[in-house]
Amino acid sequence: MLHIINKSPLDRPTLDSLLRMGQSGAVLLIEDAVLAATQGHAAAEKLRALMTKMQVFALAPDLEARGVSDRLIDGVTGVDYGGFVDLVAEHPNCQSWL
Amino acid sequence: MTTKKFMFVNRKAPYGSIYALESLEVVLITAAFDQDVSLAFVDDGVYQLKKGCQTKAIETKNFSPTYRALDGYDIEKLYVEKESLEARGLTEDDLLVDVTVLDSQSMGALMEEQDVVLSF
Repeated sequence: MLHIINKSPLDRPTLDSLLRMGQSGAVLLIEDAVLAATQGHAAAEKLRALMTKMQVFALAPDLEARGVSDRLIDGVTGVDYGGFVDLVAEHPNCQSWL
Repeated sequence: MTTKKFMFVNRKAPYGSIYALESLEVVLITAAFDQDVSLAFVDDGVYQLKKGCQTKAIETKNFSPTYRALDGYDIEKLYVEKESLEARGLTEDDLLVDVTVLDSQSMGALMEEQDVVLSF
């Protein structure tokens, strides 16, 4: 299953919800959620915990827009819009943690 | 027509935003097409099933009774995440309909089984 998160983890508890309920598959961080995948961020440890059971991706255009492309933490893969489409197509279903 | 497994994941408290009511409306539409419908209530979404909602003073339609009518549309699979209830000081007795309480792991597993997941 593909999980999509689009809000900052310091604003919404969606990353915590995913940590509780996420089983396997992949998580894609988009919009403000990409901030979680940056070095020194308070939520980076949570992302590392998530990496033990799921692959973690972040949308590169959203990282660039926020000036944090150079701060991406290890283990998170940047993807472009084409990569976003591929992730959706590769997984049987998808949950957006709005 | 092929039957698909639809899950509606409800994560917002009612009456503060339009999510809960919109979800309910789509749920009823889906039921009309004889699909396998499950409703999941997690995070603040558990408040959607809270007993005793009185909305008169906020001049908003009270749609809480609709959850009790879902049975009549053959929507009987209502799941609530245990951890979300506990984090809000609620128990199954606070809810206005019969539900199945699942722990986070089981809720996640059920979500993975679905053909379509709609998020509200």
